[in-house]
Amino acid sequence: MQALVIVGHGSHLNPGSSRPTFSHADTIRETGVFDEVREAFWKEEPSFREVLRTLESDEVYVVPLFISEGYFTEQVIPRELRLEGWDVSAWESGDGVSADHATLKASDVEKTIHYCGPAGTHDSMSDVIVRRAESVTGDSEVGDGFGLAIVGHGTERNENSAKAIEYHTDRIRESGRFDEVRALFMDEEPEVDDVTDFFSTTDIVVVPLFIADGFHTQEDIPEDMGLTEDYRRGYDVPAEVDGHRIWYSGAVGTESLMADVLLERAAEAGADVRGLSDGDASRGVADD
Amino acid sequence: MNAPQLDALVASASQGVEFDGLSVAADSEEYRVEIPGERLETDEAGLRAFAEENPWYVSNWYYWTRTVGSEGARYAFLRWIEDAGRPVGERYEALSTGVSRTWGQLRVSATIGEDGKRRYALGHVDDAESASLDTYSDPLAARELVKLDDRGRYRPLSTAPTLPTGWEYPNLDGEDLVRTVDFIYPATVENWHREREGELDVTHFREAAERQSGIYEIVSQLSVEELEAAAETCCVDSQCLKRRQWDEDEETDLDVPRGDGEFPCREPCSLFVTAARKFVTLGREEMRSYEFELTPTEKEQIEEIIDAVAEGRTDEIREADLNEGANRYRARYLRARRMPDGELSGTSTYPED
Ligand code: SF4
Repeated sequence: MQALVIVGHGSHLNPGSSRPTFSHADTIRETGVFDEVREAFWKEEPSFREVLRTLESDEVYVVPLFISEGYFTEQVIPRELRLEGWDVSAWESGDGVSADHATLKASDVEKTIHYCGPAGTHDSMSDVIVRRAESVTGDSEVGDGFGLAIVGHGTERNENSAKAIEYHTDRIRESGRFDEVRALFMDEEPEVDDVTDFFSTTDIVVVPLFIADGFHTQEDIPEDMGLTEDYRRGYDVPAEVDGHRIWYSGAVGTESLMADVLLERAAEAGADVRGLSDGDASRGVADD
Repeated sequence: MNAPQLDALVASASQGVEFDGLSVAADSEEYRVEIPGERLETDEAGLRAFAEENPWYVSNWYYWTRTVGSEGARYAFLRWIEDAGRPVGERYEALSTGVSRTWGQLRVSATIGEDGKRRYALGHVDDAESASLDTYSDPLAARELVKLDDRGRYRPLSTAPTLPTGWEYPNLDGEDLVRTVDFIYPATVENWHREREGELDVTHFREAAERQSGIYEIVSQLSVEELEAAAETCCVDSQCLKRRQWDEDEETDLDVPRGDGEFPCREPCSLFVTAARKFVTLGREEMRSYEFELTPTEKEQIEEIIDAVAEGRTDEIREADLNEGANRYRARYLRARRMPDGELSGTSTYPED
């Protein structure tokens, strides 16, 4: 038997924080590829500490639904899962965006744990960002004449969070699909507040590289960009700001295509996903 | 009992069957079958006839060993629900009208279905007599169902005694029952099972604190007195239905009652650690003396207000009940009289500034 565990941050304050984790887990459950699929959280239950014991499978694939490699994915999660002999070098990610997976034992269960790199630094995350731009504009060909801003938190505790943003920015820029692609941040230069200064295109799609919608994506960023005076009154999509049209998408992590990233992480770590048709778990699943 | 169950029993006889008082053995064409008070040596036809007369023993054996699979936490939990230490006949009698157990604020009921298959119902203990409940069948729905309490507030701690009412799962099989319980009270069945097996891995506070990093590193600074107060704040039955099995460390028990819950708490949870971090920062402040002018009733009123908030009773205090210190009009009047500029008795918090 094989299990997939999606580990997310969760929240003591915000009931919506765990929803993306639940909805991607449900998408993967529907594929029937795993005997068990379970969610686990840092701030909710089951905790990282206790999730493994709730599973019957001997082979467990753990994929962090986190944006970057760093404090949570390299220290907190492996420690709380009790992964024996974990060392970040096992991921062979010298640059903070190339984590793959490591196979370990957990000290409280008799199981093999395949600990995967976070969803956020997987190559296919670039596709999710583009899909987000398509869904917010309602145009599956969006790109020509459009700028794309990918927004991150900034340095804070973890310098790798900026690396993940830069990584996908570079990849999407190289694809040539959008006229301009920029990485912007909430608390460091270049700042999202000045979004219109960085683009010459009239239309700018703004995609925050966050897992769940919450305070930052629903309140700070819309207000900082001038989409609205007061987040409680909402904002238009697109919204006019300084002669530009801003298409603000909300957190990328709620995009249903995220389920594919999680599945790819597990498949690369050796999970048997043969039951999957076309490798596209989220096909036909509506965005929400 | 149905024909496949009986065939399975006959086929299993050569390896020997010993289950809940039913014993079957075979030696070439000779069968020996036994239930409490009856014993028979016979051929296959005789075994089949005996089984037909005692169908409960067969369907019971089949349900537990084939449908459920006789080991692990799920098995133990489902057996506990029907109090499976009892003789099969007595159990089937009880199951025919239904048996119930309480698990936190959940009420789990079992009845006997077709061919000995158990059917389970799950709901809130307070809804046992309720007629108009929303019915569910998908275990996954439980995650959203219990996210908010009956007042619409988010429940960050799954085992807080604020489980919402008004819903039921009227008909689950054993596997879905345990999955649903696991979504409502995650990992409780597994930890309860480990405890019964004498294998619960308790992590005491000092060890859990040692492990913390980042902003939670400071929780190890909590003194034992603060730890007692923190456990009394978060872990007693009125706040959390888990039974606290962790203490300060292996040698040092806390005086706070552990609680009477069915399932154990094996280490300080994330909510406790977050609260503990706040308590450490509160504990860093120096005491100082203030002088307040209050009437004796006003002093008592402040105590009543703290009590009402701490017990979550403010909602119960009636609008016009002016005899209650924590009544809103009384609190507003106290503020109007004794908190000019928002400070109690006009006394500055930091007089030196
Ligand atoms: S630490 Fe306390 S509040 Fe947290 S689950 Fe255990 S008993 Fe409940």
